[in-house]
Amino acid sequence: METNQYLDVFLDESREHLQAINDHTLTLEKEPQNLEIVNEIFRSAHTLKGMAATMGYQDITSLTHKMENVLDMIRDNKLNATTEVIDIIFASVDYLEDMVEDISNGNDGKKDVRQLVERLDRFEKGEAAVTLEPEVEKTVQDIVEVSVDLDEFQMTIVQQAEEQGILAYQMVVKLSEDSILKGARAYMVFETLEGKGDIIKSIPETEDIEEGNFDSSFELIYLSNEDPEEIKKEILKISEINNVDIQAVSFKSVDDIQEEVVQNEDLTESKVEEKVSDTAVANQQTSTSKTIRVNLERIDDLLNLFEEVVIDQSRLNVLSDGIGNQELTETVEHMNRVSSDMQSLILAMRMVPVEQVFNRFPRMVRGLARDLNKKINLEILGADTELDRTVIDEIGDPLVHLIRNSVDHGIELPEVRKAAGKPEEGNIILRAFHSGNHVFIEIEDDGAGINIEKVRNKAVQNGLLTKSEAAKLSDDEVSQLILESGFSTAEKVSSISGRGVGMDVVKSKIESLGGSISIVSRQGQGSIFSIQLPLTLSIISTLLVKSQEETYAIPLSSIIETVLLNEDQIMTAHGQKVMDFRGQTVPLLDLQEILEIPDAGQTEKQNAVVVLKKGDKLTGLIVDTFIGQQELVLKSLGDYLGDVFAISGATILGDGQVALIIDPNALIK
Amino acid sequence: MAELNKYILFQMNEQTFAIDVDQVISIERMQMVTAVPRTREFIKGVTEIRSETTAILDLREFLGIRVKEYTDNTRILVVSIDSMQVGLIVDGASEVRDIEAENVQPAPKIVTGIRDDFLKGVAKMDDELILLLNLERILDFEDKNELKDVLHDA
Repeated sequence: METNQYLDVFLDESREHLQAINDHTLTLEKEPQNLEIVNEIFRSAHTLKGMAATMGYQDITSLTHKMENVLDMIRDNKLNATTEVIDIIFASVDYLEDMVEDISNGNDGKKDVRQLVERLDRFEKGEAAVTLEPEVEKTVQDIVEVSVDLDEFQMTIVQQAEEQGILAYQMVVKLSEDSILKGARAYMVFETLEGKGDIIKSIPETEDIEEGNFDSSFELIYLSNEDPEEIKKEILKISEINNVDIQAVSFKSVDDIQEEVVQNEDLTESKVEEKVSDTAVANQQTSTSKTIRVNLERIDDLLNLFEEVVIDQSRLNVLSDGIGNQELTETVEHMNRVSSDMQSLILAMRMVPVEQVFNRFPRMVRGLARDLNKKINLEILGADTELDRTVIDEIGDPLVHLIRNSVDHGIELPEVRKAAGKPEEGNIILRAFHSGNHVFIEIEDDGAGINIEKVRNKAVQNGLLTKSEAAKLSDDEVSQLILESGFSTAEKVSSISGRGVGMDVVKSKIESLGGSISIVSRQGQGSIFSIQLPLTLSIISTLLVKSQEETYAIPLSSIIETVLLNEDQIMTAHGQKVMDFRGQTVPLLDLQEILEIPDAGQTEKQNAVVVLKKGDKLTGLIVDTFIGQQELVLKSLGDYLGDVFAISGATILGDGQVALIIDPNALIK
Repeated sequence: MAELNKYILFQMNEQTFAIDVDQVISIERMQMVTAVPRTREFIKGVTEIRSETTAILDLREFLGIRVKEYTDNTRILVVSIDSMQVGLIVDGASEVRDIEAENVQPAPKIVTGIRDDFLKGVAKMDDELILLLNLERILDFEDKNELKDVLHDA
């Protein structure tokens, strides 16, 4: 299927739009006259329709089309957003969610939408809302709550089968009371069933059943594509089988529980369609089931083990160099390459783009802004910045809190902003970037900023500081006080933030991750909350350079270009060495001088220059030679050394040697 | 029962020193050390030991003991203090020995020019004087901060 590559995007966006419709419909219920919201819902429905049509999902298309019609009528004041209308919108959304979920499970997203479409039609034709059809409830009853416990392995099989559109059945096979060959009969049942599907579990155990150790009936969990009625018929052909009770069941992992009810509804319906969709299923499978979940601990264990390998390997290197056997050297070199690839892979497994956390914020901000009647534009930068998985998991809540805080306290109401000469729409920028040993996440708003005097007074009032102490603090220092516990300057306590719990929790959470948070705020202009997180594990692309005997790594992210200069291209301005870089005068620094690297008699200087950037500023760094580009694992220098000037960390090179990583930010002034 | 403690004995300039065996992670041969620029003289640099970047200090230089050339006997004592792993260069490590607590006497004010707060005590065994080092003090935070100050002044 050509559209396969767009499937993920489609799914993500569909979910987003459905969530948006949900949210907006809720709001609409509260403000039935608010046509703006109807517009929003309309837009989402419309987008959804367009996407579904492109992807060829007919049922979604027709349902959203009908929704659009109804919404259009509301928009044109031909229909009021009564509770009935809201109900049917919700019902439609539920259906749509089902279908989208179905698609994400590798199915074709078909669902009988006729009933709903009919109901929507009736609204469209101005007929009164009709009572809910009872059918939905009926189908729910067709599904049995699973009374059988499956172990994890069996559960996985069932879930995988379900993803492939194979249904699970719970069967109760009842034999004649007077059967003397129970075991043999049961065996025949098994034989028959195994020809058409898989028996996952039996109660009692298979051995017991085959030996006839059961009363008169036994239970099976069975996976099959066949029509249950057919299966039933087949089994009843076996003599002495009195009755077969067969019911579709659904096993869900914990994640899916919330969807369970919804999914159950369509199980019976989809059964019929399952066969039609088999081919489509096979096609889509490839694009949706390529990931597995692995316990983080296992990756940690793997990493630890791997580090042992690295140590042994560096030893091997030394040994093979000493022995000088060609074949041995080749083998060891090959191992070096393989293991460095492995190292990158293992570490990459732990790294996740912050996008995962960030992508829930646009909706949140939208929702909050609406609740607070504010106009806010959220801009996200650097969402592809990678962070260690453990940090990602923990950073979500603090960020939610900070963003809520910015929305609630930072950005002013549109009237206030207008009065202050600012655009009505406030801006919040969420930014993530790497710098040296750290990842920074900043939340910047152009709102009111922190009222320094108020914080100062409040601090005195709360007994955090004495008056004279408070007076001595600089504005920036005062700003940090809002991170202390029991501090809230909001005059109005809202449901969103402002009870004085939270900011201190945010602070302690970030500190527990080994990070720090700081605030820069200018009254009337906005605030920047800057979170600094340690990069305990991170892979960075670097350029390896040599200065005298030492090898240093420079992060590629800071490098614009490398050039080789002739002696006469190095000029002097105001006693400072400079070079001409594309018409711009760029100061030159000599790595050896800056780092006071002892002269090891390497006189042969190429004047190799690495042009570094920090913001708009450029600096040329003179090194002896370029070695090459390499992906490196950034490690700290260890506790004893702590922070060292211009060095952001260390790394272990392929030969087991430690190379220092230069922090270009410290070199550029 | 006399209290016994196991110590690792090692040499610096013909003098025998000891540290608590529990503080020692391993004893390594001298290896390539990557110099860290703009740090104090006695910090020889960093190297990787047991998959941890480890700072290597020349303990002889730190204590003001005469520094000899590296030989085959030169060893790095990898110690862990407050979960901080540091390597200490010494002239040679010889053995593990039990030292009875009662044999340990407080350090005299000046022993071979070493600051007395760097010593836990002195043990006399087989007519040999063994100096028990106070590693916590040697590697403690104050010095680290001093170190930082030096860096910032630079």
